[in-house]
Amino acid sequence: MGRDGAQPAPLRTHRMDVVRYWGEAVALVAADHPEHARRAAQAVRVEYEVLKPLSDPEEALSDDAPRLHPDGNITRRIKIRRGDQDPHADVVVKGEYEVGMQDQAPLGPESGLAIPDGEGGVDLYIATQWLHVDRDQLAECLGLPPEKVRLTMAGIGGAFGAREDLSMQAHACMLALRCGRPVKMAYSRSESFVGHVHRHPARMRYEHGATRDGKLMYVRARILLDGGAYASSSTAVISNACCFAVGPYECANAAIDGWVVYTNNPPCGAMRGFGSVQNCYAHEAQMDKLAEALGMDPVDVRIRNALETGSSLITGQVIDGPVPVAELLRRVKAMPQPAAAASAHLDLTQMPGGVSNTTHGEAVRRGVGYAVGFKNVGYSEGFNDYSTARVKLSVAGGRPRVEVHTAGAEVGQGLVTVQAQIAGTELGVHDVAVLNADTQVGSSGSSSASRQTYITGGAVKAACEAVRERVLALAVSELSGLGRADSDADESGWRLEHDAIVAADGSTVITLATLLGEEVIEETREFRPRRTARLDAETGQANAHMQFAFAAHRAVVDVDTELGLVKVVELATAQDVGKAINPQAVEGQLEGGAAQGLGLAVMEEIQVKDGVIRNPSFTDYLLPTTLDMPPVRMDILELGDPNAPYGLKGVGEPPTISSGPAIVSAIRSASGRPVNRVPVRPHDLLGV
Amino acid sequence: MKAAHPDALPIAGGTDVMVEINFDRSRPDSVIDLASVAELDDWGPEDGYLRIGAGVTYTRIISELGDRLPGLAMASRTVGSPQIRNRGTVGGNLGSASPAGDAHPPLLASKAVVELASSAGIRRIPARDFYVGPKKNAMRKDELIAAFLIEPSNGPQQFSKVGTRNAMVIAVCSFALTLDAKRKRVGTGIGSAAPTPVTAGEAEAFMQGVLDEGGLWEKRGEIDPSALVRFGDLVAAAARPIDDVRGTAAYRRHALAVLARRTFAWAWDEYRRKSVA
Amino acid sequence: MKVTFTVNGQRVSADEVWEGESLLYILRERLGLYGSKNACEQGECGSCSVYVDGTLVCACLVLGGQAQGRDIVTVEGIADGHALHPVQQAFVEAGAVQCGFCTPGLIVAAHDLLRHTPEPTTVEIREALAGNICRCTGYAKILDAVHLAAERMAST
Repeated sequence: MGRDGAQPAPLRTHRMDVVRYWGEAVALVAADHPEHARRAAQAVRVEYEVLKPLSDPEEALSDDAPRLHPDGNITRRIKIRRGDQDPHADVVVKGEYEVGMQDQAPLGPESGLAIPDGEGGVDLYIATQWLHVDRDQLAECLGLPPEKVRLTMAGIGGAFGAREDLSMQAHACMLALRCGRPVKMAYSRSESFVGHVHRHPARMRYEHGATRDGKLMYVRARILLDGGAYASSSTAVISNACCFAVGPYECANAAIDGWVVYTNNPPCGAMRGFGSVQNCYAHEAQMDKLAEALGMDPVDVRIRNALETGSSLITGQVIDGPVPVAELLRRVKAMPQPAAAASAHLDLTQMPGGVSNTTHGEAVRRGVGYAVGFKNVGYSEGFNDYSTARVKLSVAGGRPRVEVHTAGAEVGQGLVTVQAQIAGTELGVHDVAVLNADTQVGSSGSSSASRQTYITGGAVKAACEAVRERVLALAVSELSGLGRADSDADESGWRLEHDAIVAADGSTVITLATLLGEEVIEETREFRPRRTARLDAETGQANAHMQFAFAAHRAVVDVDTELGLVKVVELATAQDVGKAINPQAVEGQLEGGAAQGLGLAVMEEIQVKDGVIRNPSFTDYLLPTTLDMPPVRMDILELGDPNAPYGLKGVGEPPTISSGPAIVSAIRSASGRPVNRVPVRPHDLLGV
Repeated sequence: MKAAHPDALPIAGGTDVMVEINFDRSRPDSVIDLASVAELDDWGPEDGYLRIGAGVTYTRIISELGDRLPGLAMASRTVGSPQIRNRGTVGGNLGSASPAGDAHPPLLASKAVVELASSAGIRRIPARDFYVGPKKNAMRKDELIAAFLIEPSNGPQQFSKVGTRNAMVIAVCSFALTLDAKRKRVGTGIGSAAPTPVTAGEAEAFMQGVLDEGGLWEKRGEIDPSALVRFGDLVAAAARPIDDVRGTAAYRRHALAVLARRTFAWAWDEYRRKSVA
Repeated sequence: MKVTFTVNGQRVSADEVWEGESLLYILRERLGLYGSKNACEQGECGSCSVYVDGTLVCACLVLGGQAQGRDIVTVEGIADGHALHPVQQAFVEAGAVQCGFCTPGLIVAAHDLLRHTPEPTTVEIREALAGNICRCTGYAKILDAVHLAAERMAST
């Protein structure tokens, strides 16, 4: 299979001043076969003046460090100061914690198809989390007006934050516009590992003070996130990491100092849990330490300090709506625990080490651990959060039909189904079509921050309400024209149901097919949640968030204490979802989110040395398999948030926040080792 | 054919070779498809050994030979996934000669022999002489791996492998043990803890001494726990591990000692129980 | 080179195949069978699971030339026309599909499991599907789906 002589076309010399990380794009090659493209890419000569990489975030903070960007190395600094800065405490516990770099590893690598329109514009079919922000960035990159760049959602293989930033979008468009031909571009897995941002690695130093009876008196924390070579969403991630640094606990006195810095490491940005995952490992380890220091039960010490409705966060924001932190903890604690492994019959799949036959029960100790976490739903700190929905009601084939059109990105979370459910419910129509998302309708914002069911769901609801209003008005005018309105019951009791207008007594007033005939009713609405405000630069005080979501986990693990191998036996969780619009999909979020939490706790880490990723493949970046992920026992609460459409809460992220910390807590309890770093590696449990 | 195309890369199940090609790590001039060579798919007895064609898949080793080659079957069960076991072969493992290949430790422990074929004829090399360097074996360019020969078990065998996931994982380190009850010998094989798969000769000799001196083979007597610890330490000492993305050298040594101790205890326990039954 | 084989019962040929191409590439890029997914190209995720002569394999690890003369069944060949196979129907109903990228490979792997083991235990399902990575679901609904499919196939 040697090369058959095909020579790549000579390449234009491309001049770039600085490459800041391993994997940064420097040249583009398109060909009629991937092998030709690979050989051509190999022929590209790049001259690098190799500098010593700045790969330690601690070093990046120092004044002596080289400045990687004109403004220096600090991408954002957060300071939160609340209450007494020199408070007394009977008991003090301290700890240092480290979180490794996790990859979202969506199963579908980045890919897209760019088609030049022959008039200087381009159509891009793309798997993304936010069509409109991609469009705006692309228009700027390509020097085109936004209307010349049209994006259509293509099939998506998961996202989890990895598709928030541009990957190959601009490259495919540049090549297509340059060649005047459609260009398809797809990353290989190893390219995907360097082609999107990752979860920020974190180093955290904590000090908790409490009274003898377990009341938190103060928390001091220093949080350092490695943002890698470019900013991505680092400024928002560090904000979350600091806002929720204490966890869902009342704490009148706090001093939180956070930095996210530039290094020459791979860029980091959004991943499910968004800053709250890292700090949860720290604050929950601290709560366990506090319980031990006080001789209290670890769940009791958490309940003792749990946030409630009306509590103030360390940012001064008073939380309204249900805040069931104590209730979630009580529920996970009360759930039955799995039986100890049956000793009569050896089932290797249930053992630490699994089918690799490393133990038949030798040195296996069981541990139980708890954790609770929370984060914001939707955008924060004054970011303009809204979504747009267009809803069209018409009659097709003698039956009413609803079309819902939004730009909301279905990434596997079930947004398409939710939109159809909402439209079907609001308009009482069986035949609902959700059109493919594209930029021909207004922005829906991103599929992130657990926000789409809330925000785009809210927009669909609002557009449906507007359509319904017009339908009912039409019915009143049509029927009064027929002289029927007077004789009928009070029209204020009319509703849309079963493809018809139905009176309060359940009788059909008129079918929608009859009423509408040829008429088409179309409405477009934007939905906006409550406004938020930016954190104060000196004190970090603000009403920065519009909704909060909470979950608690209990983990039961078996640890082979001689080999340091772990089997997670069971996860149990309780979560308030406000209102489960699609209960099966909600369960899927709780189970799948917990699996990603498990991954970070015990196996997933992008290993970086001198800025180079050492394991960019599924052979060496391990994801949980069927034999790693245990059953998840679930208790789903629907407490109803009075501020949200249908009372719902964002669901997707909380399962990824506290699942891992609960597992690590259980590992500590089983092994007796401190375990201050995730993912937990076998040698960490042995001290060898 | 191989003689005419000495640089051609043989491919059977493709579970190693295709990764090299897909990841653009290798561009062989030509390939020879062994999956379509029916002779390689056979196995049968030969002079007290089993001669197993290089193309027999892991799935078949488990289902067809599991009772006669329990150690190799245990190792085969830990290879990748069902999809990989349906395609992957011991022959491929030998060809790649990766120190992490799961088949190597049981082949070493059972003193298997590798059969190489060329236009000049066949030659047979003990597995213990076959691995000559990192991903290097004793095969000449004009040769192909035709088969391997291995004695059916006449005593307990074990295989154990450490990975950081509970399935489908490449070995951080692995260990195979064969108790040859007929000759009263102990065989070992270590994977993923040296530049090549290796045996632990001193550990074998030590344990044979313990068993002989105590007349334990005949008595089927208990083994002193301190002997197990010593055996584990000698196995660990035979390794020459490095730090890499999958684990540290220190951990590998530690884990090998534990695996050796445990697997010997399981095997000896089985040997003793067989006498009671 | 030219490669000729049977896929889902139909004789097909691909011309000018580069010798290093995988069966997966031929299926997707030359035959337009996009069901088999490309997620890792090293047999670690199972997304490209297909049958080759009735054996479950990863199409990414089969060299194109090795498919010559073979009988291939892809996920597109599992359904009977437009009627979903019970395994597919069960995946839909059980909520075993989120982003859907792993689903085709899981359908073929689950189909293979139920051919050999019509009433699998949960542990048997877990072992049989250990080579199919799903990043979205945490697997619980996938296990439910396989049990549901097994029940339905047993009762028909």
